[in-house]
Amino acid sequence: MSAAGPIAAELAVEGIVASSGVLGQEVLHLDRERYLDVVATLRDAAFDMCADLCAVDYLHHLDRSLPEAVTPERFEVVVNLLSLARQLRVRLRVQVPESDPVVPTLFPLYPGSENMEREAYDLFGIRFEGHPDHTRILMPDDWEGHPLRKDYSVGRVPVQFKEAPGPR
Amino acid sequence: MTDEELVAETSEGLQELQDLDETSPEELAIEQGTSLRLAEGLVLDPGDMDVEFGADETMIINMGPQHPSTHGVLRIMLELEGETVLRSKPIIGYLHTGMEKTGEQLTYVQGATNVTRMDYLSPLHNELVYALATEALLGIEVPRRATWIRMLMTELNRISSHVMWMATNGMDLASTSMMIYGFRDREMVLSFFEKTTGLRMNHDYIRPGGVAADLPDGWEDDVMAIVETIPGRVDEYDEMLTGQPIFKQRTEGVGLISPELAVAMSATGPILRASGVAWDLRRSMPYLAYDEVDFDVIVGTVGDTYDRYAVRLNEIRESCKIVRQCVEKMPRGDYRTQDKKVTPPPRARIDESMEALIHHFKIFTRGFEVPAGEVYVAIESPRGELGCYMVADGSNKPYRMHIRGPSFVNLQSLPPLLRGGLIADAIAVISSVDPVMGEVDR
Repeated sequence: MSAAGPIAAELAVEGIVASSGVLGQEVLHLDRERYLDVVATLRDAAFDMCADLCAVDYLHHLDRSLPEAVTPERFEVVVNLLSLARQLRVRLRVQVPESDPVVPTLFPLYPGSENMEREAYDLFGIRFEGHPDHTRILMPDDWEGHPLRKDYSVGRVPVQFKEAPGPR
Repeated sequence: MTDEELVAETSEGLQELQDLDETSPEELAIEQGTSLRLAEGLVLDPGDMDVEFGADETMIINMGPQHPSTHGVLRIMLELEGETVLRSKPIIGYLHTGMEKTGEQLTYVQGATNVTRMDYLSPLHNELVYALATEALLGIEVPRRATWIRMLMTELNRISSHVMWMATNGMDLASTSMMIYGFRDREMVLSFFEKTTGLRMNHDYIRPGGVAADLPDGWEDDVMAIVETIPGRVDEYDEMLTGQPIFKQRTEGVGLISPELAVAMSATGPILRASGVAWDLRRSMPYLAYDEVDFDVIVGTVGDTYDRYAVRLNEIRESCKIVRQCVEKMPRGDYRTQDKKVTPPPRARIDESMEALIHHFKIFTRGFEVPAGEVYVAIESPRGELGCYMVADGSNKPYRMHIRGPSFVNLQSLPPLLRGGLIADAIAVISSVDPVMGEVDR
């Protein structure tokens, strides 16, 4: 496990399982139970914008390199916070198990996370508890499944070549 | 958990506005921005808000998805009381083509062709953010000339995108001459792109490792012709629109947003700058060589539609300044990295060397492997912060490629912007957000 980054050291709050610096970007691995507390602390530490929120499905890449203290799960919610005053970014990674894909919503802290959480729900099926408008955003309302999951097939039409034998 | 259970546990259903009585004061407060942290520690009680309307007096109107002023297939549900907009909700997804999923199926070499189709008004910015993310994971540096070519091309793209916005905004505000002029000027930039990259749009020009080709002979003259014509034209538009009483009445004080609310709604780009926050990634977190060029960050004061217009108008002038400096300072050297892993051999070598042919074939069929890791890269596109979060698993394809589209996030600001305004102003406000639906829906 790498040494705690400057932001993790500054916060000194429970819930940060590990922190690492990748390519000059500080990453905090958070405990799902204390996720909201840490984000609230970060917001008070002048991280005033939720720049990005997305999810990753690690189904085929479960052996990814993580700090020792972090238990890898299938899903990860990745939040990029931005501090305009300090010109600083921090990335938060939260492990979300497949059996219970629920994360509390950031909406009360950052209203700007609304669309991004709806997108993560739509494409990954991760629920954001307490979200005011928990509906699909990109896919049709009656769509089944969550397309960006790794076990959701791409579904392509085979190329038809001229004079090729037809399907048997 | 099965999908049925997931659906049952959420409020998933038709994306409709709910009954009025179901909107709690807290939710209204969030729409109004009163529950946000206010500057002087002022906290408003949601119950104090002066919101009175009866369910039988309002009307719900769908604007779009095929309304000519919605800039693509954007649908906005508006709740009206008379002509005043009470609540609104942008409904998107009509152009969703699964580009993030497609990005996982394509190699890093092919990926730029995919992302360039997202924001079709600034394709080079899309390619740039994809290339920067890939290069960060690869840990390679591109030659200085490639960096400056990228800067030159993206700034020209910013000019063409903003000019295009002036055109569509003029059309929305019934200034058809502005529309014709805007398209005329954009064509100047696009013909230079065609000369350089081979295509007017969707170039696949900026690739991981550098750019696809060097600038054509005599490019200085072409570029100088553009930056000598455009500022004069911008002055004309300034004269035509800025002081024009009808234009001013339709834009001034319309669609106000406070800096606190803009930050809370994650708005970036001209919307944020028009509200008075001097936040431009080119200045605040420089990428490429933006710390070596001289330009001003344009900031508004009020945060209305007029300010957003003024910010974009002046950003065209600033981009012209940057382009001039690029022409002056353009270094000599390679236009792509000489790292054999990512760069195919020159065309002439293929005729004489079997190894070069194999190498060329391998790069364009299998691509190159990128070491496992994850990275978030953000640049300033004409619409705001364009980010790319890329996860690599050591193979030749991105494991996950997420694009943070600035218009997708900026669209969230529409309900607070439209609230309390007239339906006729809604057209001006939607236009001032400058959504590009290809990027919103991806």
